[in-house]
Amino acid sequence: MRVTLLWTDMMVWVLVIALLAWGWVISRSPQVKKQWHTIFRSGIAMASAIVLLFYLCFALLDSVHMRFSAQEPVHQESSKQSVRYDGEMVSLLDLLLSQAIEHTERTYSAPFATHEYTKSVIVGKDGVTRQAYLPLKYVKHTAGESVAEDILKKSFTAILSGLAISLVLVLLHLAWNGQGPLREKIRRLLRGETALPWRTAYLTFTLLLVSFVWMYVLSHSYHVLGTDKVGGDVFYQSLKSIRTGVLIGSLTTLVMLPVSITLGISAGFFGGWIDDVIQYIYTTLNSIPGVLLIAGAVLVTQVMMDNNPQWFETTLERSDLRLLFLILILGMTSWTGLCRLLRAETLKISQVEFVTAAKAFGVSQWKIIFRHIMPNLMHIILISVVLDFSALVLAEAVLSYVGVGVDPTMYSWGNMINQARLEMAREPMVWWSLFSAFIFMFILVLAANLFSDRIQKVLDPRNNL
Amino acid sequence: MLGYMIRRILYAIPILIGVNLITFMLFFMINTPDDMARAQLGAKQVTPQMIEAWKTEKGYDKPLFINPKASGLKKLSDTLFMQESLKLFMFDFGVSDANRDIGRDIRERMGPSLAIALPTFFIALVTNISLALLLVLFRGTVLDMSMMIIAVMIMSISGLFYIIAGQVIFSKMWHWVPISGYEPGWGAVKFVILPVLIGVFAGLGAGVRWYRSIFLEQINQDYVRTARAKGLSEISVLFGHVLGNGMLPILTGIVVVIPSLFMGSLIMESFFGIPGLGSYTIDAINAQDFAIVKAMVFLGSVLYIVGLILTDISYTLFDPRVKLS
Repeated sequence: MRVTLLWTDMMVWVLVIALLAWGWVISRSPQVKKQWHTIFRSGIAMASAIVLLFYLCFALLDSVHMRFSAQEPVHQESSKQSVRYDGEMVSLLDLLLSQAIEHTERTYSAPFATHEYTKSVIVGKDGVTRQAYLPLKYVKHTAGESVAEDILKKSFTAILSGLAISLVLVLLHLAWNGQGPLREKIRRLLRGETALPWRTAYLTFTLLLVSFVWMYVLSHSYHVLGTDKVGGDVFYQSLKSIRTGVLIGSLTTLVMLPVSITLGISAGFFGGWIDDVIQYIYTTLNSIPGVLLIAGAVLVTQVMMDNNPQWFETTLERSDLRLLFLILILGMTSWTGLCRLLRAETLKISQVEFVTAAKAFGVSQWKIIFRHIMPNLMHIILISVVLDFSALVLAEAVLSYVGVGVDPTMYSWGNMINQARLEMAREPMVWWSLFSAFIFMFILVLAANLFSDRIQKVLDPRNNL
Repeated sequence: MLGYMIRRILYAIPILIGVNLITFMLFFMINTPDDMARAQLGAKQVTPQMIEAWKTEKGYDKPLFINPKASGLKKLSDTLFMQESLKLFMFDFGVSDANRDIGRDIRERMGPSLAIALPTFFIALVTNISLALLLVLFRGTVLDMSMMIIAVMIMSISGLFYIIAGQVIFSKMWHWVPISGYEPGWGAVKFVILPVLIGVFAGLGAGVRWYRSIFLEQINQDYVRTARAKGLSEISVLFGHVLGNGMLPILTGIVVVIPSLFMGSLIMESFFGIPGLGSYTIDAINAQDFAIVKAMVFLGSVLYIVGLILTDISYTLFDPRVKLS
């Protein structure tokens, strides 16, 4: 077994390290710390942050890829599977959900169904052909019990174990967080007397964890969210899509931020011809319709990749390279908005007395930028990052629909919607793929939107609390 | 005023040249005419002669930026870049891969695009502003807060969901309107009504929040307090003062998008099978027809720049303090 990181994996971990470093920097400034404390004082912000972290965990789990060599068996109990894994990269999330990958049916089946969704023609022993719903291959329920009873029983144990796990984790966190006897801390928590709304946080966490454990346990014996056209498990697909969505939302920011910050501040601070050139660049880029610019760039990279097949070995690497290009393209097209905001704000701050005083004292220009201007721009950057995040997650679905999104072989909510859309005409409708993709996307985007609202409320100086 | 206009229009020229340069780099430098020829000819055994023949036929056989063979000014003008950009500046879009005149296609498809885009735009404008005013009137109450939560939820749902749900409910289950298609004249109404309503609803969340924040910024101003002190009712303060003064930030936001309405909506048109410019673009992207994509990029930038100029002009019309110079 060998850990292999894809390009985007590396970028994710760079982002995580950058976030941690930034967290360490702000933890040293009491003023900024107090601001964050204010942000998290709202229960909604706390709950959305937990949801975002939950999604991030799945994205990170899915961002550690490894390769199994042909000699080693993958699992003790299913060594025959090693042939399939040979040379293929799998992520930690794939290992966790390996039963869902193995349980690939023939075609559509509804959530918790025991039989296929469509009738197929079978030839009976007597040679007569008839139509029947074939039973699903990988659905196992205990013999002698009805399906409903079986589901109820399994759900009961699953939910109980989910509750137990989250209770342990919550107690561990409670013991670690703050001083005082544990009993006193629990009492204050239950009454909601803590400085931060930990009660809401723990409740959200428990809810998410229990629903995940429930679906996970049941996914061993059922298809909790059904299967798609070629029998793939929708629950697995939805979880795999988290990485694509989160990556497009966050890595694009990583690409875009340096460009817009450097150009925005230089335009506002230095003025003159630098300002003119930068303004010209972003007006030009802005004037090209966004989708078309992205589409053009993606089409060109596609041609480029077709001409250079030596860049990637496996399909996974190919789709990863395409994701990387998409992120770069989105980054290059979306920096203009933030750049314009930063330019205007820098212009304003440059006129304020403390900057004039610093200039009069002979402080160097770089020092003025880093000491006096950057900290005063932080709220604009932060607000636009979180707002962009939700916009980009939604944009991914649209771009995949247009045909310029991620690789069609990649799991993403956009691809799920795109494939399921073709089944709308089917009677009765195949709704579960669409439904799962929309729900998974909705929860993530809603959390990001609510969080950005709170940040805006606290950090934007125009809103006085 | 006239001098300013002329200067603005002249300023648009370098931007359009920049746009041309970007599209040219995208479509010709990274993806050279040789690549295009190979992709278009498709066959496995493509001889250099075939590529040259294809390039000559399409007029792509000139050098990219500098022609070393020509002399004088021709060194710069007898190149692929000049040839392609000049054609675009004359609004001559050339022919598509299917050998159709792109300019005529665009003129034909503008009508259906506008039939969706214009009603969506104006109905959305009126609904968003009235709802925002209503919320400002009831600010701080349960109605306001619950509506704001609903607005965030509307914003957080993918636009594709509204389209698919709308088609399933209104067309498939209730058979109120046809699921997709288009016909010219008054018959278009039954095809247009669902996309327009979906478009209005999908934009409701973001729109109401934006207008509400604009009006709330006005409501704390001194002139509002004065108006209240004069004994005006809250409603006449809202409609007489806040709405009027809020118009200025609203104008900057909306005037710039009006010309771009011509471009149509990519998603809406392709879902509802409307033969407008949006579905034209999507089809071109899927067929990798670079000539059409290039034409649409140029058209889009021209319309955006027209929008910017219109914004400036509307400023002078509505705000006497602004003097263009």
